Amino acid sequence: MVERRPGLTVLTHLVLIVAVLVVAFPVYVTFVASTQTAEQIVQAPMSLVPGDQLVHNYVAVITGADRGPGSAAPVGRMMWVSLVSALVIAIGKIVISLLSAFAIVYFRFPFRNLFFWAIFVTLMLPVEVRIAPTYQVVSDLGMLNTYAGLTVPLIASATATFLFRQFFLTVPDELAEAARIDGAGPMRFFWDVLLPLSRTSIAALFVIQFIYGWNQYLWPLLVTTDENMYPVVMGIKRMIAGGDAVNEWNLVMATAILAMLPPALVVLVMQKWFVKGLVETEK
Amino acid sequence: MEKRVRFRSLTLPWLLLAPQLAVIAIFFFWPAGQALLQSLQMQDAFGTSTEFVGLENFRRLFGDELYIESFQTTAVFALLVACCGIGLALLIAVFADRVLRGAALYKTLLVWPYAVAPAVAGVLWLFMFAPSIGMVSFWLRASGFDWNHLLNPNHAMALIVMAAVWKQISYNFLFFLAGLQSIPKSLIEAAAIDGAGPWRRFWTIVFPLLSPTTFFLLVINIVYAFFETFAIVDAATQGGPGKATSILVYKVYYDGFKGMDLGSSAAQSVVLMAIVIALTVVQFRYVEKKVQY
Repeated sequence: MVERRPGLTVLTHLVLIVAVLVVAFPVYVTFVASTQTAEQIVQAPMSLVPGDQLVHNYVAVITGADRGPGSAAPVGRMMWVSLVSALVIAIGKIVISLLSAFAIVYFRFPFRNLFFWAIFVTLMLPVEVRIAPTYQVVSDLGMLNTYAGLTVPLIASATATFLFRQFFLTVPDELAEAARIDGAGPMRFFWDVLLPLSRTSIAALFVIQFIYGWNQYLWPLLVTTDENMYPVVMGIKRMIAGGDAVNEWNLVMATAILAMLPPALVVLVMQKWFVKGLVETEK
Repeated sequence: MEKRVRFRSLTLPWLLLAPQLAVIAIFFFWPAGQALLQSLQMQDAFGTSTEFVGLENFRRLFGDELYIESFQTTAVFALLVACCGIGLALLIAVFADRVLRGAALYKTLLVWPYAVAPAVAGVLWLFMFAPSIGMVSFWLRASGFDWNHLLNPNHAMALIVMAAVWKQISYNFLFFLAGLQSIPKSLIEAAAIDGAGPWRRFWTIVFPLLSPTTFFLLVINIVYAFFETFAIVDAATQGGPGKATSILVYKVYYDGFKGMDLGSSAAQSVVLMAIVIALTVVQFRYVEKKVQY
């Protein structure tokens, strides 16, 4: 701070506290709703004090027992599907991007630039703009309702390839030279030198891509029709049968909390890497 | 920039590139080509015969009032999301940058909405504003404002804008904070010595120096509002009431999968691709040049 202005300092904290409260309010309401009975929620306005149904609601949701209208698939299973898909997407992206960035930076071969641009162009084709034809490809390959269908089409990532390419370009040439003089082949150099050096970038990307994978909605909506393969983010939507009062909002809200928990934990635990990675990948 | 030291191998680079290339060929280029092709074709309702119709799909599309309306809806939505999101995030970031004690805590408390899925954000806001049971809609009614996003198009738009801004605010905040922290303190101090107050310093020094960040965020937020908010719309309003919140991405999905009009859906996909490409080009050209004074 440049100068002492007590009034401004008070205002600063005031603004920030209000911001934190406003940002947290929807989640607080969700949490409170997830601890009440369906009847308590429906009497408007619902109380803002947590109720006593916490254990009951969460057990009911996770096991899929005791349900009204809407989908009654167990959320435990959905969380598992989400976890597997998010991990496959995050790790798959990192692995194939590391390999292709390594090839592009450390080798000279015909059409190198062409491939680089081919990968670059995929930045411009988010799933949302090519849903129908991609759906056809996946269905022709028999990948509907499988983990492969949920993950592989989302695995190619120009962003990750770029980040690793940028990073590899900053690695001193002397390291590769020394490795070569010592008789190490390219893969040995990759494993023993490049990979350990990229640890921070890998961690940062992992957080971002895990969240990306976990939060997918449109794609699972298309390629899964079997309740057993619903990821949780999409499962919530299926639980809302329509109409305000008929839904078991307490259970929907418990599911929402469960769906938010893993990515929020990943962000909070790995905050330092995440912030660094976010600001660096995009610039 | 090129490496001086390279490895020599004829087959290895191809093997390393193979997985990435296979995925983008099968799931990016092939479908994109299909979309282009389908946009030039027309299918009958049962998908039994296909006819090449040239630009007919596009002509129909831009002659379609609903599509033009959807364009306008998307533009209004994107503008509102970008402006509200950027404005609020800038306000919070400027104050967060001033804080000495508790800065890390505030940051942590503001970062996590990034992790919330758009679909979940949509459900959360829908729940708070649901006309019969929502608590905020109850408060609004108690204070004399009759909220009903199921009937009133403006209310529905406000609802998805709020949900979209809420979800995106931590992202914008982090970028502004990083931008603010990279402004040299000596500049601010010099201005303070010359007698410029905080308000004046913000508008004459901080805001101009932040303009590259602001511009970058503007593009990112528009892309976000165009493409990533599908889940929010689908969860909160389903494009309704009527077609009041049916943004372009929602319409592609609806026409292609619910309406089964593949030709029109493909033509819409092609239009969307053109928009993404234009936005990406703008972003790269101007971000490289840096908007600055």
